[in-house]
Amino acid sequence: MAGDTISSTEYIQHHLTNWTYGKHPDGHWGFAHNAQEATEMGFWAIHVDSMFWSIFLGAFFLFLFHKAAKNMTSGVPGGFQNFIEWVVDFVNDNVRGSFTAKNDLVAPLALTIFFWVLLMNLMDLVPVDLIPRIAQEIGAAFFGADPHHVYFKVVPTTDPNITFGMALGIFILMLYYSIKIKGIGGFFGELAFQPFGKWGMPANLLLEGISLISKPVSLALRLFGNLYAGEMIFILIALLYSGGIIWGTLGGFLQLGWAIFHILIIFLQAFIFMVLTIVYLDMAHQEHH
Amino acid sequence: MNINLTLFAQLVAFVVFVIFCMKLVWPPIIAMLDERKKKIADGLAEAERGMKQQELAEQGAEKKLAEAKQQASEILGQAQKRANEIVDDAKSVAVDEGNRIKEAAHAEVEKEVNRAKEVLRSQVSTIAVAGAERILKKEINASSHQDILDDLAAQI
Repeated sequence: MAGDTISSTEYIQHHLTNWTYGKHPDGHWGFAHNAQEATEMGFWAIHVDSMFWSIFLGAFFLFLFHKAAKNMTSGVPGGFQNFIEWVVDFVNDNVRGSFTAKNDLVAPLALTIFFWVLLMNLMDLVPVDLIPRIAQEIGAAFFGADPHHVYFKVVPTTDPNITFGMALGIFILMLYYSIKIKGIGGFFGELAFQPFGKWGMPANLLLEGISLISKPVSLALRLFGNLYAGEMIFILIALLYSGGIIWGTLGGFLQLGWAIFHILIIFLQAFIFMVLTIVYLDMAHQEHH
Repeated sequence: MNINLTLFAQLVAFVVFVIFCMKLVWPPIIAMLDERKKKIADGLAEAERGMKQQELAEQGAEKKLAEAKQQASEILGQAQKRANEIVDDAKSVAVDEGNRIKEAAHAEVEKEVNRAKEVLRSQVSTIAVAGAERILKKEINASSHQDILDDLAAQI
């Protein structure tokens, strides 16, 4: 708990606010002190906590796998190498199963997405108050910040910017490969001449356009929605801690139960994000007739 | 919950990470896995070849063993035959030798008998003449009775 002086609403609100650095409406750059200020910054703002964890975890993933790749032996693998191989094999099997064209980008892309998203999702299992509380203490102790103004969201995938950022990258790749494989005419034809033939072009464009746009949007929203909801439940359960020893104990058990169940969601969402990426890119490589 | 610059920052980070993974992480791991696959396949093929060779060797050994057994029994048979032959030979030689010795003895005996007869023959006339002289108390001309004496000697 962030303290007894704030209400439940404030507590939840606090947990859902990113640590934001951006351009204040009056023109100067700085950290937002509350949710409203962050909103007022508009587009020219960056979520420092999301980016920090995202990059930290991505770098951790690459460090781990790069280290494994350098020390690899084709003889008997150690435990660590075994784990890395297991992950790589798992991703490789999925790519082989769903991706029919030949493209050296897709498998490493899938691995990056799977493990990175998995790590980011796993941050959800860290007790909701632990890291934000530490951040508050550090902020208050070293930077003289008001603890109530220190925001620190730990799970990057509960930030739509993160999921949409990745989905946008995948969307660009989809467009790129669609045009590269089928040509601009071919890609346009795919959008314009089906399902109703060339006389139904406006309807075709509308339908296919929506279907095209919905792919990255659903990809990003699915991951965001699942993790956001999961995080929200952790926060709500954490509210029980302020209700005395009985409610607090119950809350502890609930946290544990939800965390165990949430492991499933964490893996599943990382897996789904990867598989859909592979499938979408496979569709971009397919010639329709 | 605001969409802002973070989206593009994440996009850039995403691109960088994917490129890093594609250049430095994925290829060595996959190369290693392929190498392992090849090693295992080679190992299995080698093992199979080894098994086959062993089987062949076992078959060869069995064949050789059978041959050796056959040869041994052949040699044994031959040896027995040869032994029998030798025994038979020895027997016949011994029999021959015995016969020969017997014959020689017979011949010797006959010769002795003949010689005795000859001696007797040569002396018979003399003895007969001497006997007759004693009986007749007179000289008998042996030559006048030569045919009777010869006849007597021939009867012996």
